[in-house]
Amino acid sequence: MRIAGKGLIDRAKTVGFRFDGKDYTGFEGDTLASALLASDVKVFGRSFKYHRPRGVMTAGSEEPNALVTVGKGAAQVPNVRATVQEIHDGLEARGQNAWPSVNMDVMAVNDLFAPFFSAGFYYKTFMWPRAFWEKLYEPAIRRAAGLGALSGKHNDESYEKAWAHCDLLIIGSGPAGLMAALTAARAGAEVILAEEDHRMGGRCLSETFEIAGKPAADWAAGIVAELDAMPNVRLMTRTTVTGAYDDGTYGALERVGLHVANPPKDLPRECFWRIVAKRAVLASGAHERQIAFSNNDRPGIMTAGAVRAYLNRWGVAPGHAVTIFANNDDAHRTARDLSAAGVRIAALIDVREDVEVAGDFPVYAGYRIIDTVGRKGLRDVVIADKSGQISRIVSDCLAVSGGWNPALHLTCHMNGRPVWREDIAAFVPKPGMVPGLEAAGSANGAFSTRACLAQGVAAAEAALEALGRKPKKVDMPEAEDGAVRMRAYWEVPEPKHRAWLDFANDVTTKDVRLAAQENFRSVEHMKRYTTQGMAPDQGKNSNVAALAILADATGRGIPETGTTTFRPPYTPVSIAAMGAGGQGAGFAPQRFTTSDKAARERGAPMIEAGLWYRPSYFPRPGEKTWRDSCDREVMMVRDRVGICDVSTLGKIDLQGKDTARFLDLVYTNTFSTLKPGRVRYGLMLREDGLIMDDGTTACLAEGHYLMTTTTAAAGQVMRHLEFVQQAHCPGWDVRMISVTEQWAQFAVAGPLARELLNSVLETPIDVTTPPFLGVTDVRLMDVNARLFRISFSGELGYEIAVPARYGEALYRDLVARAESLGGGAYGMEALNVLRIEKGFITHAEIHGRVTAFDIGMEGMISGKKDCIGKGASQRPGLVGPEREQLVGLRPIPMSRQIGAGAHLFNEGADPVRVNDQGYVTSVGYSPVLKTYLGLAFLKNGRARHGERIRLVDHLRGTDVICEVMNPVFFDPEGGRARA
Amino acid sequence: MPSLIEKTACDGLLPVTEAGMTLSECVPLRITSVAPLAGKDRAFGAALKAMGLGWPKPGQSLANGEAKTVWSGRDQAFLIGVTPDGLDDLAAMTDQSDGWARMRLEGPGTEAVLARLVPLDLRATAFPVGSAARTGLNHMMMVLCRTEDAAFEIMVFRSMAASAVHELHHAMKAIAARTAAL
Repeated sequence: MRIAGKGLIDRAKTVGFRFDGKDYTGFEGDTLASALLASDVKVFGRSFKYHRPRGVMTAGSEEPNALVTVGKGAAQVPNVRATVQEIHDGLEARGQNAWPSVNMDVMAVNDLFAPFFSAGFYYKTFMWPRAFWEKLYEPAIRRAAGLGALSGKHNDESYEKAWAHCDLLIIGSGPAGLMAALTAARAGAEVILAEEDHRMGGRCLSETFEIAGKPAADWAAGIVAELDAMPNVRLMTRTTVTGAYDDGTYGALERVGLHVANPPKDLPRECFWRIVAKRAVLASGAHERQIAFSNNDRPGIMTAGAVRAYLNRWGVAPGHAVTIFANNDDAHRTARDLSAAGVRIAALIDVREDVEVAGDFPVYAGYRIIDTVGRKGLRDVVIADKSGQISRIVSDCLAVSGGWNPALHLTCHMNGRPVWREDIAAFVPKPGMVPGLEAAGSANGAFSTRACLAQGVAAAEAALEALGRKPKKVDMPEAEDGAVRMRAYWEVPEPKHRAWLDFANDVTTKDVRLAAQENFRSVEHMKRYTTQGMAPDQGKNSNVAALAILADATGRGIPETGTTTFRPPYTPVSIAAMGAGGQGAGFAPQRFTTSDKAARERGAPMIEAGLWYRPSYFPRPGEKTWRDSCDREVMMVRDRVGICDVSTLGKIDLQGKDTARFLDLVYTNTFSTLKPGRVRYGLMLREDGLIMDDGTTACLAEGHYLMTTTTAAAGQVMRHLEFVQQAHCPGWDVRMISVTEQWAQFAVAGPLARELLNSVLETPIDVTTPPFLGVTDVRLMDVNARLFRISFSGELGYEIAVPARYGEALYRDLVARAESLGGGAYGMEALNVLRIEKGFITHAEIHGRVTAFDIGMEGMISGKKDCIGKGASQRPGLVGPEREQLVGLRPIPMSRQIGAGAHLFNEGADPVRVNDQGYVTSVGYSPVLKTYLGLAFLKNGRARHGERIRLVDHLRGTDVICEVMNPVFFDPEGGRARA
Repeated sequence: MPSLIEKTACDGLLPVTEAGMTLSECVPLRITSVAPLAGKDRAFGAALKAMGLGWPKPGQSLANGEAKTVWSGRDQAFLIGVTPDGLDDLAAMTDQSDGWARMRLEGPGTEAVLARLVPLDLRATAFPVGSAARTGLNHMMMVLCRTEDAAFEIMVFRSMAASAVHELHHAMKAIAARTAAL
């Protein structure tokens, strides 16, 4: 019910929205909760476990009950707090955990079986038979219990992540936060003021008290206007600071487009901020506590402060006859405010006998609530006095206050523990729990407005001092300075029915006592056993009450019992926001070669190699499978000429007079003897003696080298070289830089390679210039290029490198020329077959557990010099017949198919782990030899050439006898490459 | 004489404009990575001075018209817009002209766009004109320079140009949508 003339809503602007399939209207400035309460909606959803009807309990993000799903289909968002969601035209929301609707929910039958659903119920009930847990029990329980559901579809809505930096981050814009911001901003500090609400002001917006002689909301608006005009202040509304992390970094979630009707396509729904602040002030206020009593979860039962907020901020009376139940004076304000607004107060019940309340309403001092009535909305409150005399009060709204808990969660995010303050019966932060963060105001246990204002100023001054800035004097405004008058009171003893503590997780006082009884006496054990304070709640509503009851049940004090750990996030954060930009291809950057477009135009399917995309094969008309294309491309290279983009290989330019020495140190073999114009194959070990990478290095000139690495290990090798230089030989004159991106490099391979190149080069080449493993500068079409004579196919082969700007043009040109010669482009599949035929290794073989000995290259570890990894490579166990060594495999008969990943067993042995003889690393079909070929590691393999071995692929179900061979299947003398 | 057609790194990708902000490709200039050889730091610095530039400190870029030096790492800088004549014995020099996509992001809101992708504090107080950083552009490595109050120069690996343009444009559109909607 709306109250005329009250609230900070714009009654001139009507907003239409839907809830649970019905149309409603509200006003601009309304939340979903305030607009629905104004329309006398009571039931917002069903509870987690028992499917009890639940209504709104609070007016903020701590709301445990009124969780709704907003939107439809892929765009739907579950578990939105109706108390936070602003209404806008077209908003569509529905209640959760209910079918078919929140008012008629068939799962409510759970409530009747409540005795079975106590704490530990799952653990005890569904233990047997064991296999049923995953298949039957858990899915069934998950369906019955829970919150809203995800759509299961990909959503296209935009989210974003962003960074912000400031001198001082102020979290919360109530009296303390505003004064802190004003003090710091006037002193010139760069300030970010983050406020969870859509309007700055905090409690000023919900109370009737005055600050500086003005209504608090007006005072707050004045301060906000001053801050807004200052260039060094950034005001962030709708932004919840959700976590405190290392080095002054705070996570924060901003609701950007969730309140906008018809948002533009590119408007993010939410932004996940990482705010880096030199100092921070936590002015996050406090959460009001419930009191546990029988049936204290009925729709219409709220916190006293929330009832005041709905009245004062939104002009809504959540009931027609309101009862107040409290253990403190603060809650009496609710009665006074409502009464002043003309709302009938059915009763003010205070558990303390010695209270005096002046007001035109019935006061029951020393009474308690022993039960409530009304399943889908409160109807009656049953009270008893000290003697047990029972009476019944007709009431449709019950405003409860058990005192206030400072919202100190962020201070605990680095595992700091708060301290207990007896006078307010609450935990408060102690200084230094998060370095650089200071709590102020109610978050620090200061509950009078005057104290909040003063603490805000003091916290800002302390921050300014730490920042080396001089504070300017800020006038302290007049405000109420009442003392906290309360008596710790957690539960009405011996409830007739269940008394709820954690509404979000359906945990009752009985559950906590049961946990204690079953010896889950530690507060952390109790939490896990009962689920109290878990999940969306993060201990906001029931934490202190639950541990007070645990303390009582275990005969300890509250400080001794301690509190559970508050972890980030303070409020739930969408994974979509944290992972913004990471959907689909956004997961990682894509690297494209200069020939990418040309390859795709030829229909090549692209495969990923690290971040690079490389063509798999180039289908031609009539080719039905990739194998058809691959076989043709292999034969093309063996018989004619093929072109392949090899730009993705790492290229490192090394210069300086100590470079030769340096290469000798990082490579196993000697490079100091390499003459300008020559290229050498090299092997590089890690510190532990295993192979890191292989590749070729060319000597371009005296003291100037170009190293190539594999595509896979380019980054690793660069990092390794920089480490070696900085850590082992910092004084050496060696300078290095990656030139991978500078050059587009293409392999020209096949018997007609030279003929092709001579059709483009300004000066023709011949058999000896450049020689095999040589490099020379060439010119083609007015461009300076480098020509390497190296071969990864075993054929006459060159690699020609041009500055990347010419890459696309040269690639297209070379492919066209190759086609004229009966050849063409070849892809990764053919490249792989060509190198398997030749027994050349890739990272499929040098996968990190392989030594030079294993691949038959121990002779490449020079005896004349030291190198990185040399000593370690000679450790026992890294050399010898027990090692699995590189061999070739050919199936018998040759028509049989084999696959990489298969394991090797001796003939006659069971194909089980203990009999394992080795494994297959690479397999390809050789169209030249007309058989599948494999490279494998086999125990003592080099001594076993000619033997038969059993290849079993347990995954694919293959079981084939193979012949063990020399891994160089084709042209073992290497004559073709030297042609 | 036949010649090879040249393509810039951002060919077909740029420029893009959103809400008064423009991302465009810089005019291709000679880029040379320079690293003074052992014992040649001073001589090399003097040679750069003679060119109207100088050896940049970490995090610095020194400009003289179109020419500039940009700090790019330990004992390393990029010399941009100058042919490095007469420096041969002083520094290891490597042509990088084709290795980088160089882009310019300008207009109101560019700081906000970069705040979506770059973890550094880019406020004018912390990253004034003439600042340079080797940092991340989301998952990519980048060299970033502030050339004017509301203009940044962004260099990423040539192969990543498409991803970089996509990321930057996406952030620009989000900022434009905020301006339009809120």
